[in-house]
Amino acid sequence: MTAYVMDSWTLTRRTLLQWRNQPAQLGLGLLFPVMVLLMFAYLFGGAMSVPGGGGYREFLLPGMFVLTMAFGLESTFQAVSTDAGRGVTDRFRTMPISAAAVLTGRTVADMLNAVVSLTVLIACGLAVGWRWHEGAVNALLAVGLLLLLRYALLWVGIWLALVAGKPEMLMAVQILVWPLAFLSSVFTAPDTMPGWLGTIATWNPLSATASATRELFGNPGPGGELWPAVGWPAVTLAVFVPLAVRRYRRLT
Amino acid sequence: MRGPAIEATGLTRRFRDTTALDHVDLSVPAGTVHGLLGPNGAGKTTAVRILSTLLRPDAGTARVAGHDVVREADRVRARIGLVGQRAAVDEELSGRQNLEMFGRLHHLGGPAARRRAAALLDRFDLATAADKPASTYSGGMRRRLDLAAGLLIGPAVLFLDEPTIGLDPRGRNEVWREIRALVADGTTVLLTTQYLEEADQLADGLTVLDHGRVIAAGTPDELKGADHLDVVVRAAEQVAKAAELLARIGTGEPRIDPDQRRVSVAIADRVAALTSAARELTDVEDISLRRPTLDEAFLQLTGKGR
Repeated sequence: MTAYVMDSWTLTRRTLLQWRNQPAQLGLGLLFPVMVLLMFAYLFGGAMSVPGGGGYREFLLPGMFVLTMAFGLESTFQAVSTDAGRGVTDRFRTMPISAAAVLTGRTVADMLNAVVSLTVLIACGLAVGWRWHEGAVNALLAVGLLLLLRYALLWVGIWLALVAGKPEMLMAVQILVWPLAFLSSVFTAPDTMPGWLGTIATWNPLSATASATRELFGNPGPGGELWPAVGWPAVTLAVFVPLAVRRYRRLT
Repeated sequence: MRGPAIEATGLTRRFRDTTALDHVDLSVPAGTVHGLLGPNGAGKTTAVRILSTLLRPDAGTARVAGHDVVREADRVRARIGLVGQRAAVDEELSGRQNLEMFGRLHHLGGPAARRRAAALLDRFDLATAADKPASTYSGGMRRRLDLAAGLLIGPAVLFLDEPTIGLDPRGRNEVWREIRALVADGTTVLLTTQYLEEADQLADGLTVLDHGRVIAAGTPDELKGADHLDVVVRAAEQVAKAAELLARIGTGEPRIDPDQRRVSVAIADRVAALTSAARELTDVEDISLRRPTLDEAFLQLTGKGR
């Protein structure tokens, strides 16, 4: 047990060292969602209307939080597949450390990254006029839902990376993530889309989290129940944690 | 350690419809270097991956450093080092950070990991670049860092999968020097290589694989076989006569190359063979005695020779 905690910490620390060695890379990663936010808030924002009224930025911010959590899948994929491609994963597997420690090290590091990027984005949101209206407890609950989504997608990223085995497949993952992100209620309300597309967008797991957080922050737009925002990630975790762990143990 | 450092019996592994390893037996005495040779796809890397606990065999058993590689994988992992074909280091970390991380993961503890990393950086001539990111290292430096990472615990058994591939002659010599030093300290090394000179230089014992099977095993000298007598005659008509003589003094069938007017045969007694050839053949352009190279032996074994 202590070995597990120590090894997980060593591997989390590894990512922190990478950030310290290459702060520019970390900075760019944090800047990207901010750029998307500014682009939608100022460039496209004027042309957007929110069903039921309300400012677009108030509508947009919860969507941006969700989008940033979804894009986190790409950085998880990148890190895990680079290790697999370079043989670093194999080196870990010939050492007396458990699969659990290697995967925990990764997930803790990525969750730290998620907390930092969410903090940056919340600060930017406040700067462009977004507010939460339902009290600090609900706001923290919304942040919790966002991190839960990131945590669930993180395991999808680990599994995909172990299956791909090399970082060259990142493009394929991006092609997967973008439609998932845009075919949702992140940027626009599903009722403004053609019928069938709107249905897909409504059922998109990302929409579940976006709706629930809009509700909790008291922002305009299609609100929603809490349970799908907990249910979707829970189902994702139930499927992908065992898949990823099995894949790691049986790498060939 | 008592008994062989590596002992494998009947190792078999299939990938879909190809058999990568087919009942491979291997026994490597402790404190020696053993070479695994074979053409691409012969099963060398598969064998190393099974012995280093990365892959499970479909059949057969293997013990490394006294422990079963499947049932006691963790105990094996505590005693081995693996240096694969790619430099398995984190390029975003410095050489020192890499070694310290791997040292901690070997449970050396923080201070000991730091000391060990510093010692290895010195030994592998990486001290000046120790705090630069590994992404700035040359191929040779990366390889040395990789080797250093394989040596953090002073492993009982070290697996080297083509350790000098892509290195210039100087880099290769450095790696060879390190391997010799390790073996002098009691480490057992299993080495796969495409370079037969490397096997010849380093290995005490060799196993030649082809299509997943062991096709030959022995010391480099045993595999090379007997000395050869080469005779080149001046005229084409003389070739038959030379062949007849060499058949008499040699220990096997002479090999005849009519275009070059060259006849060669394996021999047992160098002096007797040379004197009788010089006495009985008149119109000779060249006579030479030579040791076959491992390349020749290898090509003949794998059926890719003449």
